Amino acid sequence: MRKRCLNTIYELAKQDPRVVFIGSDLGPGTLDQFREEMPERFFMEGVSEQHIIGMAAGLCMDGYIPFVNTIATFLTRRCYEQIAIDLCMHNLPVRLIGNGGGLVYAPLGPTHLATDDFALLGSLPNMSVVAPCDADEIERLTSQTLDYPGPLYMRLGKGGDPVVSSSLDNTVIGKANTLKEPGDVLFVSTGVMVNRCLIASELLAEYGIKAGVLNMHTIKPLDKPALLRLAAKVRSVVTVEEHITRNGLGSAVTEAIVESALTTLPSILKLGLPDSFADQYGSQDLLLESYGLQPASIAESVKRLVAKQAA
Amino acid sequence: MATQDTKVTMDSRSRDLRKLVVTALEGGGRGHLGSSMSLIEILRVLYDDILRYRSDDPDWKNRDRCILSKGHGCLALYAILADKGFIPVSELSRFCKADTFLGGHPDAGKVPGVEASTGALGHGLSIGVGMALAARLERRSSRIYVITGDGEINEGSIWEAAMSASKHKLSNLTVIIDYNKLQSYGPTRDVLELEPLADKWRSFGFEVREIDGHDVDEIKMALTLEPTNKPTALICHTVKGKGFPFAEHNPDWHHKSRLSQSQIENMYRVLEESR
Repeated sequence: MRKRCLNTIYELAKQDPRVVFIGSDLGPGTLDQFREEMPERFFMEGVSEQHIIGMAAGLCMDGYIPFVNTIATFLTRRCYEQIAIDLCMHNLPVRLIGNGGGLVYAPLGPTHLATDDFALLGSLPNMSVVAPCDADEIERLTSQTLDYPGPLYMRLGKGGDPVVSSSLDNTVIGKANTLKEPGDVLFVSTGVMVNRCLIASELLAEYGIKAGVLNMHTIKPLDKPALLRLAAKVRSVVTVEEHITRNGLGSAVTEAIVESALTTLPSILKLGLPDSFADQYGSQDLLLESYGLQPASIAESVKRLVAKQAA
Repeated sequence: MATQDTKVTMDSRSRDLRKLVVTALEGGGRGHLGSSMSLIEILRVLYDDILRYRSDDPDWKNRDRCILSKGHGCLALYAILADKGFIPVSELSRFCKADTFLGGHPDAGKVPGVEASTGALGHGLSIGVGMALAARLERRSSRIYVITGDGEINEGSIWEAAMSASKHKLSNLTVIIDYNKLQSYGPTRDVLELEPLADKWRSFGFEVREIDGHDVDEIKMALTLEPTNKPTALICHTVKGKGFPFAEHNPDWHHKSRLSQSQIENMYRVLEESR
């Protein structure tokens, strides 16, 4: 995912002299080709997240489009005030690319997990928040960022995730994609959890439960029309995210539904991470399992919900 | 180099600019008097003698950029922007009113001539680094000036930016430190010692100059010296509340949220008596 995103930025930089890349202290060899071919527009500034956001703002105020890349949790927490004021208050089209979103860095512990990034950046005026589900979608979304207004944060996954999006999806920032039409249940998901929802949907089909999947790759601005169009047809909406359930996708979806003019509101189940720091290491997959966010567990949660509704 | 006790005769230009600040203090009934008055001569020299700008075209691409990173000193910036025709002088009397564009900290989206919205401290130098890099990328001769407070450089982000400016040998960047020796709580030496300040900037790779920040000739000379291949740090020894004996060196005058009419009248009287 990260490689595809960076390659796309490199391609954009070749086409558009406004594009600059700013890293903090990334791995050796990162975007070597960019650095060799366009050294003036390649910056590796050291472990100084507050500074690189301000520096990106300064470049952007003079017409450049900076792509700032580092580990997601450092990019969202350490420099929060710089993001709020230098980027959002000035409404500057700086692109923040967060590596290792969610639980990717599970073995490294809670200091490295980005499990509140949607909540943090989604709270800031003018900021858009995007979490692509696979490498193909990353390329399509990143390509659109050149002339997209205002600041934008993109959460990247580990990479190697199955490709579940399609070039036929008409991927547009701010527009959700229906990957599977719903029956009684609608999954609304984002990032790498979209694939897990698709698998959960197949598992549920074996039990006669038809669950659709809405890929909400853009968490902010939320595509309310797409959400409400499908929410009006179902009995239950189940949000699934690799993020705390508070103030993330689930909260945004809940607000949109509760505040809507739907005459019959579906029930809402929010699946995600608890309001606590992770207390295990292992791997992303193991942590997702322990939080009930792997396909079989997701399907079980939905089965319990459906059974409760039938009772 | 002069000390902060140096008495500089206030000429009519400095007095008039201070009067514009008092006009805004009167209009808003509040404001950072001390933090603005230490800045007057620095801003005066920049806008009178150094910066290239067009007040009728504030976004002119080839202008020099001046970022007031210590945004709480905005009354001094508003005074000079009004004096230079960026904004109407009449707006100063509406400082901090509900529908004015002159708030308690400068907003680049509202005030012509303000380069960056500041107020939270420690942001301006990084923005200045970005602007200096942009100027270099575009082969523009624009120079970038960032004015910080002394308390402000307690912020670690300033030193991140300093390392970056030095790494990139940003000879088109000057950081001006308004070293009035007082931050909100009290003397900088008690709250968080900055000394040896010149050595700090020097060790971060800056060309360092120290001057009396109220001596117009000295400021002008320092800002017109040929740039080296390094960024420059201009440490301006200033007096908080300069020009108003009751406020000079007095942390109680860092900010006032409720100014009485008698206090305002006293300010006008002090300015008249300084003639």
